[in-house]
Amino acid sequence: MQRLGPLSREAWATLTLQLLRPPCAGASLLSPRVLGGLVQPPAREFAEARLKIQLESDKEKSNFVIKTPKGTRDLNPQQMAIREKILNAVIRCFKCHGAKGLDTPVFELKEVLTEKYGENSRLIYDLKDQGGELLALRYDLTVPFARYLAMNKIKKMKRYHIGKVWRRENPSINQGRYREFCQCDFDIAGQFDPMIPDAECLKIIYEILNTLQLGDFLIKVNDRRILDGMFAVCGVPENKFRFVCSSVDKLGKMSWKDVREEMVGKMGLASEVADCIGDYIQQHGGGSLVEQLLQDPKLSQNKLALEGLRDLKLLFEYLTLFGITEKIIFDLSLARGLDYYTGVIYEAVLLQAPTRQGEEPLGVGSVAAGGRYDDLVGMFDPKGRKVPCVGLSIGVERIFSIVEQRMEATEKIQMTETQVLVAAAQKNFLKERMKLIAELWDAGIKAEMLYKKDPSFLSQLHYCEETGIPLVAIIGERELKDGVIKLRSVASREEVDIKRENIVTEIQRRTCES
Amino acid sequence: MADRAALEEAVRLQGERVRGLKLQKAGAELIEEEVSKLLKLKAELGSDEGKQKFVLKTPKGTRDYSPRQMAVREKVFDVIISCFKRHGAEVIDTPVFELKETLTGKYGEDSKLIYDLKDQGGELLALRYDLTVPFARYLAMNKLTNIKRYHIAKVYRRDNPAMTRGRYREFYQCDFDIAGQFDPMIPDAECLKIICEILSALQLGDFLIKVNDRRILDGMFNVCGVPDSKFRTICSSVDKLDKMSWEDVKNEMVEEKGLASEVADLIGAYVKQHGGVSLVEQLLQDPKLSQNKLALEGLGDLKLLFEYLTLFGITEKITFDLSLARGLDYYTGVIYEAVLLQTPTRQGEEPLGVGSVAAGGRYDGLVGMFDPKGRKVPCVGLSIGVERIFSIVEQRMEASEEKVRTTETQVLVAAAQKKLLEERLKLVAELWDRGIKVDIRKENLVEEIRRRTSQYPPHLLN
Repeated sequence: MQRLGPLSREAWATLTLQLLRPPCAGASLLSPRVLGGLVQPPAREFAEARLKIQLESDKEKSNFVIKTPKGTRDLNPQQMAIREKILNAVIRCFKCHGAKGLDTPVFELKEVLTEKYGENSRLIYDLKDQGGELLALRYDLTVPFARYLAMNKIKKMKRYHIGKVWRRENPSINQGRYREFCQCDFDIAGQFDPMIPDAECLKIIYEILNTLQLGDFLIKVNDRRILDGMFAVCGVPENKFRFVCSSVDKLGKMSWKDVREEMVGKMGLASEVADCIGDYIQQHGGGSLVEQLLQDPKLSQNKLALEGLRDLKLLFEYLTLFGITEKIIFDLSLARGLDYYTGVIYEAVLLQAPTRQGEEPLGVGSVAAGGRYDDLVGMFDPKGRKVPCVGLSIGVERIFSIVEQRMEATEKIQMTETQVLVAAAQKNFLKERMKLIAELWDAGIKAEMLYKKDPSFLSQLHYCEETGIPLVAIIGERELKDGVIKLRSVASREEVDIKRENIVTEIQRRTCES
Repeated sequence: MADRAALEEAVRLQGERVRGLKLQKAGAELIEEEVSKLLKLKAELGSDEGKQKFVLKTPKGTRDYSPRQMAVREKVFDVIISCFKRHGAEVIDTPVFELKETLTGKYGEDSKLIYDLKDQGGELLALRYDLTVPFARYLAMNKLTNIKRYHIAKVYRRDNPAMTRGRYREFYQCDFDIAGQFDPMIPDAECLKIICEILSALQLGDFLIKVNDRRILDGMFNVCGVPDSKFRTICSSVDKLDKMSWEDVKNEMVEEKGLASEVADLIGAYVKQHGGVSLVEQLLQDPKLSQNKLALEGLGDLKLLFEYLTLFGITEKITFDLSLARGLDYYTGVIYEAVLLQTPTRQGEEPLGVGSVAAGGRYDGLVGMFDPKGRKVPCVGLSIGVERIFSIVEQRMEASEEKVRTTETQVLVAAAQKKLLEERLKLVAELWDRGIKVDIRKENLVEEIRRRTSQYPPHLLN
């Protein structure tokens, strides 16, 4: 049977029929009978058709690029192994704090996501209107959570959610910024005594970043009410609050001079107003800064700022009890992008972006962030019933990149968990290998064998070395006769005969010990 | 306001008209026309300024996984993953959407079920329909010639969801595939062994794995006299034998698809047969089939397969069933489908439905469709239909009144008085630092004890 190459069935059908002029002897034989890509065409027309189709298909193929969409990527086994380790550590911490897992669909009704993200809404991936509901891919895990709470009329919940989200941003591979990326969220919903859950969130960020050993880090803390109070006392017109906020947020990446220029030059803020803001936002410190600002003549006159400062004071007390204050810093320039925060906000940054020899630093960026958002659930409830929430999100993609970069190029992780290769040194031992491997699988042992009837012994050993399998179970004529299996350690090359009936326990014993 | 109400009514009616046409499988052009009328009406309706919309639902055909369902899911995945790993598979992941061109032309009639993304000025994208085509793309893209991988992820199909039967538009697939040129039928046998191991470990009750081969089917159609042009459509009729009676299937073939009655009868004589390796032997002697090269190939491979399955010790779960004619277009050799023999039901509910819980087959031509030089990478694989398994496991858990521990909280720290808050926070921090799971509650002791007994934490620290 001739193969005509990877042309789609429909294309083959069309081209064949075009090439043949009716009436033609045996015309009924010419409609292609396609068997999953294999085609059986009649003889004479075949040569003509083949040439024409190859030309067509070459043209078609040169237009078709195989790639993943912009800003997305596959994850190979090595990357998956790293991810599994990191996510397991994160989940362990979440579970340790009593959170339950939750999952939501990958897309939501478009209306659910509308008006939740401010200017970032243009970054949402919409689904095509195919006659049904209007849908869009989720932008984060927080809005779906709020929708879940409102939908199920839940007043209190502590949940974690690990899943991908999608944003049509400009991807940047060396910054670890993709259009499809994983988020690990932990949130506490419910009316509780102030700042206890908020403190727990910070404790969780601390625990996770410690466990992952990414180097030194700092968690910046601020409060939306302090920011808004500060803008008010500095004389920022209310309608410019959000814009000024996003300028202030850029202080991490731009100098104060440039930020000030943006505020005065682009937003038309009065010079004195900008300077007043500047005085505040360049301050950062610990609990003592909170005390200081509580005494500040201007701020202490502002009700909103006072609320925020008092809550921060309480927060610092709890953080002290939790033993984590040396990593916490009250930073007035922290003004995170999303619109729905209503109280405390925080962002964790690594202090030293680790680099490989001669490479650019991974870039300043946060590895975790979050805050309090008391009004979001109420936006979904028909009666506007509020459910206060506070939460955090671990920026695992950046953490994955850091860990990946850190691994030496030569460092080999075993990407499978296989414990033993079932092998034979002689020919005609396929049956024995199959019987033995079924025995091992049935006993829960992780085993592989080569998919060859008579593989060479060397190729079997080679496979073990390549993939990191530590043991080989060898069967042959002598072993059959003696009722044993020869067990070989790949690392030490030592071989020992084990009685057939003991092979399972012996392998289990050895893999436990390693 | 009246105009608006009239417009909304018009949108509703037009929407129903479109749905009706789709159900009737009306011509594509007609449907397109009516859909664009609908879109125009919707546009006229415009955006609703200021009015708060309280849409508290997940999209049609999708659902949230509550903590309880997550616990079930975790349990099921643990069993499946440990089996995949036991067989030496690596794991990969791919993006949730692919370039539209990647998915085009791979799914036959089912292509209309693909979710497209809106054209927002960039590449044209679509949500993945399965995990197999992305796998083939991954192999071609990375020029891999052999790999054994598993992939567990959600896929998307704009089907008509029948949620009582565990059929959704967004659902999980657990795929395991072996790619590469190897000695025949060894990897194929391993796939069947894996299905057996997983279904046994999940304790879903008795099951059966039907096995057939695309070449035997096509050879059979050929010797029965089915015209080549009708192969695929007759195939999909035969596939319905597990849900419809032979009379109804024959009727569909003769009345709807224009097959000659005698041809249908000949097919009937074959497809009603099922058995073990002895049936394979029997058909190898069949006067008509043994003249057909394709059928012989398929039968020869099945014979070898059964030898290996015997060595793996699983033949009592396998049946060679000539009516197995699975939907997807890309299978080229052996095909298989596992069904549960007894679908457990809750009191008064419909049975979960006849349906497969796992399936797969060999597909040697798919990767070559992606490779610029058309290089073939033969593949064989399987997919576990976990959504149906989740439903079964969940029902079973409820039935036995087993409480699912949705949190792994081990300790409830009790505080008799409010003033103990500080001490409690310190204690809790210490416990967390030692990796002990703790849940803070601030209600009184009686409440806590009650809650504790309902959550079964192993001990209470007082």
